[in-house]
Amino acid sequence: MSGSSVAAHAAHDASHGSVKSYVVGFGLSLVLTALSFGTLMSGLVPHDMALGTITILAVVQLLVQLVFFLHLGAAPEQRNNTVIFLLSTLLIATIVSGSLWVMHNANVNMMPTQMTLERAMSKD
Amino acid sequence: MNVSVTSIPVARATHEHGHAHDAGSNTVLGFWIYLMSDCLIFSCLFATFGVLAENTAGGPSGRELFDLPYVAGETLLLLISSFTFGMAALGMHAGGRDRMITWLAITFLFGAGFIGMELQEFTHLIAEGAGPGRSAFLSAYFTLVGTHGLHVTAGLGWLAVMMHQAIRFGLDDVVRRRVACLSLFWHFLDLIWICVFTFVYLRGVL
Repeated sequence: MSGSSVAAHAAHDASHGSVKSYVVGFGLSLVLTALSFGTLMSGLVPHDMALGTITILAVVQLLVQLVFFLHLGAAPEQRNNTVIFLLSTLLIATIVSGSLWVMHNANVNMMPTQMTLERAMSKD
Repeated sequence: MNVSVTSIPVARATHEHGHAHDAGSNTVLGFWIYLMSDCLIFSCLFATFGVLAENTAGGPSGRELFDLPYVAGETLLLLISSFTFGMAALGMHAGGRDRMITWLAITFLFGAGFIGMELQEFTHLIAEGAGPGRSAFLSAYFTLVGTHGLHVTAGLGWLAVMMHQAIRFGLDDVVRRRVACLSLFWHFLDLIWICVFTFVYLRGVL
């Protein structure tokens, strides 16, 4: 009886959050944001590692906010949202990485030549 | 016959109650699906920005234009507003109408502060001759950041409407459901902003 009410309370917390979960999520987000800006503004991180560092910090902060603010998780009443989110992530990764890849290749392989406009128009 | 006549309204009442409950949770799930489709719009804008970020057409680049301490200020305002919305949602689940309205009003102020800073930033850029027409980079920048700003502005309007509805109707099922959807919307915009400050501003000054 008390076990099931504790479980129900935990499930309730999982879908709505508690003061503690919001404070933890907010604190972690503040720290991660400060680290992201600090990475570039302090100049302590070597230049070639900076992009990797801020990308990792952004992904971690996205996960923190998804769990603590948007309450994604594996609990039964969260599962629908989580699965839909994972599918969307797959679509987003495809769109973004595919676009960057294709356009990068186009830029590298199809750079403008020295051909003048007049020659190009006369289909020489 | 008589029995069936009296049982019909009861059956209908329970059916409608069950239906209303399902509709409530389905609405929030449906709203989540909408947010994911909104996410696809943003991912297309991010992809466009990523492709065009180097195409400055001889105009100013991100390194010359972006003011990181200013962006950190905007980020802080939006992050605080996300936290205060969490407090409003907890107030609602505890049944405290006035507590919820107070936190929603605080959220509104921080959100309005964010929009004010962003408008100030845009006017400053346009005055410097770095408007959306200057280069492909700036077109993509204004489209992406502006779309996020429009979403936050819509969220501010929605916040104002929900404060009004909570005062007018109290915390009934409809108001609760709408605030739950707005809560998802508001936190979602904070997630988009994490990607904006990382891949537009920080990446831009790299």
